[in-house]
Amino acid sequence: MKLGFYPGCSLKGGSPEYRISTFNVAEKFGVELVEIPDWNCCGATAAHNMDKELSLSLPGRILALAEAAGLNEIVVPCAACYSRLTVTNHELAEDTQLRENISTIIGMKYEGNVKILNIIQFLDKYVLPHVEEKVVKKFNHDVACYYGCLLVRPHNILKFDREENPQTMDNVITKIGGNPIDWAFKTECCGAGLSVSRTDLVGKLSGKLMIDALDRGAEAIIVACPMCHSNLDMRRSAINKYMNRESEIPVIYITQAVGLAIGLSEKEVGFQYHMVKVKLKEKPITENLVVKKVVQTEPTEEK
Amino acid sequence: MSSGSHHITNNLSGEILRHTEVPVVKCYQCGKCTAGCPVAEDMDYPPSLLLRMLQTGEADLEDKVLRSLSIWLCLSCEMCVSRCPMEIDIPKMMDFLRYTSLKEGKTNPKAKNIIRFHRAFLDSINYTGRLYEVGLIADYKMRSLNMTQDVAIAPKMFMRGKLGLIPEIIKERGKMGEIFNKTLKRKGKQL
Amino acid sequence: MSKIGVFVCHCGENISATVDCEKVAETISKLPGVALSMDYKYMCSDPGQTIIKEAIKEHNLDGVVVAACSPRMHEPTFRKACAEGGLNQYLCEMANIREHCSWVHPRENSTTEKAIDIVRTMVEKVKRNAPLESIKVPVTKKAMVIGGGVAGIQAALDIANAGHKVVMIERDPSIGGHMSQLSETFPTLDCSQCILTPRMVEVAQHPNITLISYAEVESLEGFIGNFKVKVRKKSKSLDEKLCTGCGLCTTKCPNKKIPNEFERGLGFRPAIYVPFPQAVPNKPVIDKKNCTYYTKGKCRICEKVCPTGAIRFDQPDEIVDIEVGAIVLCTGFDVKKPDFFPEYGYGKYKDVIDGLQFERLASASGPTQGVIRRPSDGEIPKKVVFIACAGSRDPAKGIEYCSKICCMYTAKHAMLYKHKVHEGTPYVFYMDIRAGGKMYEEFVRRAIVEDETQYIRGRVSTVYEKNGKLIVKGVDTLMNGRLVEIEADLVVLATAGVANDGAEDLAQKLHVSYDSYKFFAEAHPKLKPVETNTAGIFLAGACQAPKDIPESVAAASGAAVKVCGLFANNELTREPLIAIVNREAPPLYSNCVGCFMCQTVCPYQAIEREEVKDRSGKVIKTLAYINPGLCQGCGTCVALCRSKSIDLLGYTNDQVYTEVMALLND
Repeated sequence: MKLGFYPGCSLKGGSPEYRISTFNVAEKFGVELVEIPDWNCCGATAAHNMDKELSLSLPGRILALAEAAGLNEIVVPCAACYSRLTVTNHELAEDTQLRENISTIIGMKYEGNVKILNIIQFLDKYVLPHVEEKVVKKFNHDVACYYGCLLVRPHNILKFDREENPQTMDNVITKIGGNPIDWAFKTECCGAGLSVSRTDLVGKLSGKLMIDALDRGAEAIIVACPMCHSNLDMRRSAINKYMNRESEIPVIYITQAVGLAIGLSEKEVGFQYHMVKVKLKEKPITENLVVKKVVQTEPTEEK
Repeated sequence: MSSGSHHITNNLSGEILRHTEVPVVKCYQCGKCTAGCPVAEDMDYPPSLLLRMLQTGEADLEDKVLRSLSIWLCLSCEMCVSRCPMEIDIPKMMDFLRYTSLKEGKTNPKAKNIIRFHRAFLDSINYTGRLYEVGLIADYKMRSLNMTQDVAIAPKMFMRGKLGLIPEIIKERGKMGEIFNKTLKRKGKQL
Repeated sequence: MSKIGVFVCHCGENISATVDCEKVAETISKLPGVALSMDYKYMCSDPGQTIIKEAIKEHNLDGVVVAACSPRMHEPTFRKACAEGGLNQYLCEMANIREHCSWVHPRENSTTEKAIDIVRTMVEKVKRNAPLESIKVPVTKKAMVIGGGVAGIQAALDIANAGHKVVMIERDPSIGGHMSQLSETFPTLDCSQCILTPRMVEVAQHPNITLISYAEVESLEGFIGNFKVKVRKKSKSLDEKLCTGCGLCTTKCPNKKIPNEFERGLGFRPAIYVPFPQAVPNKPVIDKKNCTYYTKGKCRICEKVCPTGAIRFDQPDEIVDIEVGAIVLCTGFDVKKPDFFPEYGYGKYKDVIDGLQFERLASASGPTQGVIRRPSDGEIPKKVVFIACAGSRDPAKGIEYCSKICCMYTAKHAMLYKHKVHEGTPYVFYMDIRAGGKMYEEFVRRAIVEDETQYIRGRVSTVYEKNGKLIVKGVDTLMNGRLVEIEADLVVLATAGVANDGAEDLAQKLHVSYDSYKFFAEAHPKLKPVETNTAGIFLAGACQAPKDIPESVAAASGAAVKVCGLFANNELTREPLIAIVNREAPPLYSNCVGCFMCQTVCPYQAIEREEVKDRSGKVIKTLAYINPGLCQGCGTCVALCRSKSIDLLGYTNDQVYTEVMALLND
């Protein structure tokens, strides 16, 4: 099974752990990820904040390249890149005049034949159906699945899972033996692209969600976006400043969690790249360990 | 673009309708957008208030909108539109207000660093096609004259293998230049 | 030779401003068959009508054409005038030279020419008009009221007190509807059940009213004055004649954990149950879906303990046929439940409830005996947040309209809460306050000023649970969008009022129109609020649109008087402008070949099969026969009939062709 792959700037640069865990997991499930040849940056937040046509041209070129290379289904692990590509796909499909304009600017034609999957759609389609039989080490932890803004919004374009209290990542965690806790900040923004220019806001927004996750006893926060990971992991000092306390809770990509469960080593999923060390307590295995009630303050040890 | 049966007015809401199909007039000021906005507290005018200012059609209020910090703090997190009963696409409107604010030279002074960061980011892509983080940070520091920010974190990032020292340059680098010249840098503007 | 009288109206200046009425009258007078042609300023006035009546007598007219406004305005006026003048009313027609001519063209010669053409075609048609007699149809003086809520009860009592028989059908085991679930009603804070139960008892005891509870309409046939309704009496598993209503069975039933519908899920009931203590009839029914005997074949304890042996496990549903002359629809409405709201938890937070559930908490006969308690842990809430417009006025959720009653009942709930929990604080998040009825605005002001309810203008983005509290994230738009976050103990959603379950099915069975929200459609939104487009079926209450008790009661009385008006005649008159299938002498009997395509297309099920038999009883031919009571004269069968055996009285093929030919032959 060959799928196109758009790593985006973060998987090439600041999130090597996401890249290697995604590749290694995909390989175990028989999926070969083929990088789109000569891909460019999608423009992220900067492009659509500054110029409309630029914000459509950059993703437009990527989609045209994918189509030209015969990659009709592509996986985009970064949620922000995924959002840009999907919105561009949608707008070009709706407006023929716009499609022509963009074609002229990028010097390529795009017919609209590329299907775009984010990491949770990829997991839902290619991993979930077979994951249970491949689990060798149950991921027996209470975790907060953090979807962030762009994996399930806007629903009318993405048409996947649901905007309030989405469940796809939670289902994956359950299937690999983990316990996804019920918490209130699943889709609240972490601070997004203001990481450099307004680090204080990232501290506040990411801090708020971290407080909720910690209060409810999460051992780790599971993410599916390198921007969220960066804000929660790399910017930990800003978060600690906002929360006025030190925190050691690790931030783990969903692909890393799946990787661990199917037997990949910590190195193979890239824990060595994290800024906040990943230390997960081993718990005695008890079946049907499901937390239904909200837990007070400190994370508890035993149920 | 069609605008349905809405009458297009001559003011900023009319421009918004014409270019984005977002009907500012439909907003009935329920405030649900503001209530769910993660940065509403930090904005000078929260989203529902911005919409009200646009609805009045008054020139001084429209000017305040374009000069607001709000439009630059907006994270495009899409929470507002997902809960809006009238499904008003505020993120799309915010993008348009940003372009207009830039075009008319009305950007809020407090948003300087945010805009500088965007320009630094795009500059990097213009040059290589893919983000070169070291270049981006250096560029940003030059623009913002903030030499100390993130200095502490850089070594750690390098040790963790997150800071590539060599930029990756795509093959069709010239294409990037073309795209930028036809869009953001049209009419010879500098980044 | 015909003697047609033509009367050209000026209609003040409506017609004469653009049409030369004198010229029209003059030109028409020259046509063969026109005995008299004149113009006049206001034909519909008394003097105008007198002119027609006298002209009929003086000139011995056998046909009248009034060239004036649309027949939808004044056809009945002129037909009545002709009848009074001694001419069969169906020999009078109107030529529309106002809406079809003078109002849509400027003043020029061609406008007058067009008016002349219109009048000329009508004159030619009237030459071929035949005198017709109205159809008389008998009336069954019995009404059916479907739905036993406050509207149904009012309608039934009004009709019964006027001396007519009423059958009331209610699908729940007891009548009373939502009003019986309320604790107190606005704006008087009257105890709801105290004012309703005497009426309920009156219905049960009224000599003119037959109450059939736990029953539904199965099918409907017939037409106004002559409906045949099949009603399914669902099996209660009870012999009602033997049951004394002692209630022993309900206390002994071991299966007590079924969510109670009357308590909106806040309490439980047994499998054999009476919905509430003041139920009418006060006899239990067995819930077959949950009863241990019906599902597993065991138990039967109720049968053992019943002192009169009234339990009948093998009792089947019974279908009864009821003939009535009029039907009043009072099937009421429902409100959305908390699971409708993704941003408020999809219904999984026990302490996020809807307005009706709050009524049950506040009600003295409710699951908490009138003490406001949190459903999760039974504690008394110190901070209650009421969210108005939950679902209503929300196109994104598919409900554009305002549910009308929620502003009022939210204020009421805040007041009831404050009266019971003196140290508590009620908050109301609202967009607007709609308090348009009598004493309504004063009522809301009381909640704010006297009962210290915090009204905050803004909506709530999300509600989530943390540490046993509900975090409510709202905004105060009157403070320029300042965020308001409240840690509430209880959240009450004023959810949207929607059409009741099964409304669409019932409307289709009764051939009553309904809108996209499944509310039943009134015949005219302003002038006919209690009638439907189906003759003989009337509407009252919230089944038409969300409304409060005073409006429902007023509508019910309005519908009742329409029914009484219908029953004031022994016979009903119908217009004879219907289709008929021709009949000839034997051996042809008719041109109809018996294909019955007409029967398939008739929208009113008015076409039957008539067998023509010989003396020995053998069927010679089966012909189409049109029921004069049902036919509405739409003409579909006339156009469709391949053997041209059907004609439409008053618009015969001959008449219509003549009009066309008259237009073409100048």
